[in-house]
Amino acid sequence: MAFNLPERVWWKPMHTEEKVWIVLCVIFGLTTFFFMPVWHMIGHQNPPSETYKLLPSQFADKVNTFVDQYAVKEASGEVKTDKGTPIVHPPGGSDIYLMGKQWIWYPILELEKGKTYRLHLSTIDVEHGLSIYPLNMNFMALPDYDYVLTITPGEAGEFPILCNEFCGIGHHKMVGKIIVKE
Amino acid sequence: MANQTSDFRTCPTTGLKVHLPAQTLIRINAVTAVVYILIGGILALLVALTRWPAVHLLPADLFYRALTAHGVTMLIFWVIFFEIAGLYFGSAVLLSTRLVGIVFGWVAYLMMLAGSLMTEYTILIGQADVMFSAYPPLKAHPLFYLGLILFAVGALIGCILFFATVIMAKAEGKYSGSLSLVSFGLAIAAIIAVVTIAGGAAILIPTFLWSVGLLSHIDAPTYRLVFWLFGHSSQQINVSAMVSIWYLLAALTVGAKPVSEVFSRTAFLFYAFFINVASAHHLMVDPALTTPWKIWNTGYVFHLAVVASMMHALAIPASIEVAQRKKGYVHGLFEWLKKCPWENPGFSAMVLSFCGFGLLGGITGVVFGTEQIAIVTHNTWRITGHFHTTVVLGTTTAFMGLTYYVIPLIFQREVMMPKLAMIQPWMFAIGVAIFSIAMIAAGGYGVPRRHWDITFAGAPYGFEFSPTVFLLMSVMGLGAIMAVLGGAIYCLVTVGSVFFGKKIS
Ligand code: HEM
Ligand SMILES: [Cu+2]
Ligand SMILES: [Cu+2]
Repeated sequence: MAFNLPERVWWKPMHTEEKVWIVLCVIFGLTTFFFMPVWHMIGHQNPPSETYKLLPSQFADKVNTFVDQYAVKEASGEVKTDKGTPIVHPPGGSDIYLMGKQWIWYPILELEKGKTYRLHLSTIDVEHGLSIYPLNMNFMALPDYDYVLTITPGEAGEFPILCNEFCGIGHHKMVGKIIVKE
Repeated sequence: MANQTSDFRTCPTTGLKVHLPAQTLIRINAVTAVVYILIGGILALLVALTRWPAVHLLPADLFYRALTAHGVTMLIFWVIFFEIAGLYFGSAVLLSTRLVGIVFGWVAYLMMLAGSLMTEYTILIGQADVMFSAYPPLKAHPLFYLGLILFAVGALIGCILFFATVIMAKAEGKYSGSLSLVSFGLAIAAIIAVVTIAGGAAILIPTFLWSVGLLSHIDAPTYRLVFWLFGHSSQQINVSAMVSIWYLLAALTVGAKPVSEVFSRTAFLFYAFFINVASAHHLMVDPALTTPWKIWNTGYVFHLAVVASMMHALAIPASIEVAQRKKGYVHGLFEWLKKCPWENPGFSAMVLSFCGFGLLGGITGVVFGTEQIAIVTHNTWRITGHFHTTVVLGTTTAFMGLTYYVIPLIFQREVMMPKLAMIQPWMFAIGVAIFSIAMIAAGGYGVPRRHWDITFAGAPYGFEFSPTVFLLMSVMGLGAIMAVLGGAIYCLVTVGSVFFGKKIS
């Protein structure tokens, strides 16, 4: 039995069934492996790997400059906000910034449908998880790293963004949004 | 002399010679494991009832605390205490030899106990609301990390005793030739454990130093990489241990004999060689890693470990079929299956664990870990559902099944309440399957894991999940209640039998 010592010579050749099964399994393994790089080449959506190292304070500076530059203004000249978070409307093709901090996504991005942007994602405190709804797309925001996601919104509307990495007691309240205009 | 024959008794059922000091160590580790699954199960109920929106039991802070405690208690303490008991059993008892270094066995046990209590205490007083993964810069009290380090070193000593016992038994001529398949599988588990614990030390020690202020910085992606080297490989310890237990239970319940030793042993070797890179699938949507790295690590080597599991998936049912047919159940294609001892909880637990792990756990794991699919699965409830089908439906159910043999063989007591014991694996496994599938389905809509309130009350902006999600969350809650009841019966039968069961002399 399986818990008794094996026969003195246990390394007998396998039966045909087992050999066939191994071949099938290995073919399966090789096929799935083969498709890993292939999907990356023929698929349209891959997790990006473009990353830059920078200090949280440097990232915060960039975000603030970005907000100053592209903030949407009210008729009165004040920066337009929604529940206290400024709304930013950068031009298509530009570098845009999204900062996680306990417990908001900052700022609110207003994008144009069909334009491509380079979204810089990072955090200035703990780890956060960017989760875009209702598409359900998820990317990590890690401190000290600027993660660049190249995105092209294909649909107009308001897209809530949640945090899906536990980031402290306010984690479930960390909801922001991205607005896409026609 | 540790080797005196008076230190041994002969098991009336199996004829194995049981080293009494080893038996005591196995007992104490197993009992501690059961205490931890009891605690973890109560926490599971609290967590599940909070995530069920219609109940929403705990306030946010207690929920995150209970969730941290549930993860640590179950994934680390329940599983590893049981595995250490299993390692002593797989070496000393199965080889009818003495366990080398009993004193160190006690040192290991006390370190693990002290470490686990330290960590639990820190979580309980609210100083470690960081989840079991504890990603810096979230910081817990230093005792949280210190407890885990102590526990890990204790477990490492346990693994070393396993190797020492096997080597010594050979030197003393207790066996010649090769180890039995079960002991071989457990040896693979122990080898992976040593690598894993080294990974754990590599990350927990610096993090501990950081928490006391001796290091100023922990690099977030490095932590994640090394943490999952530890966190994922430890799942491979579980898989190897679980598969060994399948072989053991198949032998104990129907007298199955490995169909081909070469085939099964090769599959175990694949686990040892190809599993450690699997940590990559936790990091698919992380910055700081290159695409070729991600593809290589999740693709090639990962799938050889899958091949290994598929080989066991042939070998185990085949060995059962052969054993049953030898008993004369040869009519039709499936008489052998019908005539299996389904009323034996050891047998049903093995089959449920086997099917659940393979069909639900394995397949979801391979699919969710792909580079592109991770974009929609990462940190959603799909993942939580996936690993409850592996480490709970698979590993935990198998351990439960083995317990029904540990009670007579090691505790020398009859299993009490046999009717309850008979339904226990079914209740537990079906409950786990229901709540895990509901989790996976809800995760498909994007329901995040580790989240107190998916109605987002109090958040600046909301998102309304479809009513289907709320239905699925209710199904999850009901499945969880069923699973917890199944777990409660397990604890009741085990503790009852161990303390009050009829003595077997
Ligand atoms: C009766 C059985 C169980 C039930 C009802 C149950 C239920 C749950 C629930 C509802 C969650 C929370 C998911 C979330 O909010 O993201 C969870 C998390 C978890 N469970 Fe279980 N569980 C059970 C048994 C187990 C066992 C036996 C293990 C390990 C061997 C385990 C390991 C975990 C882990 C590691 C987590 C993740 C914690 C985290 O995200 O930090 N569970 N469980
Ligand atoms: Cu967050
Ligand atoms: Cu969060």
